[in-house]
Amino acid sequence: MALELTGNKELLGSALRGSRRDLSRLLSLIEKGEDVAIPENTSTKKSMILGITGPPGVGKSTLVGRIISYWKKEGKRVAVLAIDPSSPRTGGALLGDRVRMDSADSGDHVFVRSLSTRGNPGGISASLMSMVKLLESCGWENIIIETVGSGQSEIKIVAFADKIILVDGPDRGDIIQAEKAGIIELADLIVVNKSDTPGALKVAETIKSALSFSNENDSPQVLLVSAERNTGVDEMMELIRYSKSPIWRDRIKIRERLLSLWDYRLLSSPQLNQVIEDIETGSISLEDGLDILSR
Amino acid sequence: MKIVMAKPGLDGHDRGAKVIARALRDGGHEVVYTGLRRTPEEISRIVMDEDADALGLSTLSGAHDVLIPRICALLRDSGMGHVMVFLGGIIPKRDHEKMFSEGVRAIFGPGSRTEEILMFLEDASSRIGSNMPIGVLNDDGWRWN
Repeated sequence: MALELTGNKELLGSALRGSRRDLSRLLSLIEKGEDVAIPENTSTKKSMILGITGPPGVGKSTLVGRIISYWKKEGKRVAVLAIDPSSPRTGGALLGDRVRMDSADSGDHVFVRSLSTRGNPGGISASLMSMVKLLESCGWENIIIETVGSGQSEIKIVAFADKIILVDGPDRGDIIQAEKAGIIELADLIVVNKSDTPGALKVAETIKSALSFSNENDSPQVLLVSAERNTGVDEMMELIRYSKSPIWRDRIKIRERLLSLWDYRLLSSPQLNQVIEDIETGSISLEDGLDILSR
Repeated sequence: MKIVMAKPGLDGHDRGAKVIARALRDGGHEVVYTGLRRTPEEISRIVMDEDADALGLSTLSGAHDVLIPRICALLRDSGMGHVMVFLGGIIPKRDHEKMFSEGVRAIFGPGSRTEEILMFLEDASSRIGSNMPIGVLNDDGWRWN
């Protein structure tokens, strides 16, 4: 155990000095649920963490490719964590986001890591927090978290980002459905992608009118973008850079982050299986079980 | 296993690579697919960023005798000698020995069954698990069939 810890320390030192290989190995350790003691970022320069979420097939990865190029032109070092679901049956996963990120493999200033949702008993969110912290400490100035967003667990994932872009596509209008899940309240900007296809404008209008029913007058802007043709991307990046998140939105994010950690703590408890059995046999109540797990 | 599936060089057909990628996923592996026309340098960087255990390369263009040695050398030189490399696509019989000598552990040509590839990975995985490394750096002569 002690040996393992020194191993981690060496890896960490080397990653902080700029070894890409060792940064990558550390990310794997974190993914496997190991504790890696990442030093607090003491410098005043904080990384910008951008969350991209939305239904499958709306063009998130293509858009991320554009964002990478945009930031690369500004001379920024960009890291991407692309999260894809793994099969609950086989545990296998096909991570193909890179295919649609043309700019992802183009040099020392871009780092892309694909992650599947398996492995972590408490969901990926808790390890994601450590991964972002590690990337930040290793000097990756801009970090993108990309995830398919359709349910509660995805909200928790993007809640770790400073700014969140919600992406929808033409003929979908899924975002209106997503409102039920509470994703829409987290978004700093809503983007309707594939603006070059018929139907995009209509979806944008539908979302706008749905938002106008809300009482908040600081609801997110809706923007039409074509990642494929690279139109509207610059405007999107300007909007997100200067968007100011209202206090209530920050609070929702903090709330989601707390819930993630809570889930993680309960689900990674070594007593979890025992507690489930005890509840099953009726020897303890649900409340007792919760008390044991959260101790 | 975490496996990167890549298409090196100028070769525009990836139906085969995609079929294999899906089969490996269904076999419980975590597969990262790179897309078409990657350079050896890009492939080696992707393997590094993804911290993969294995690299599957598919080539149909006939350029394998240039591309494969280059990729294997890049892996060895950048501290990724532990990564296991296997090949698929059109690799003429007469080139097999050269590919194996570069560190490749298996070659699956047309007609190969996905079950066989999964069996190979299982075997490879248990070897790695029992401390018999079979990366591009390890020269122990082991190969599939």
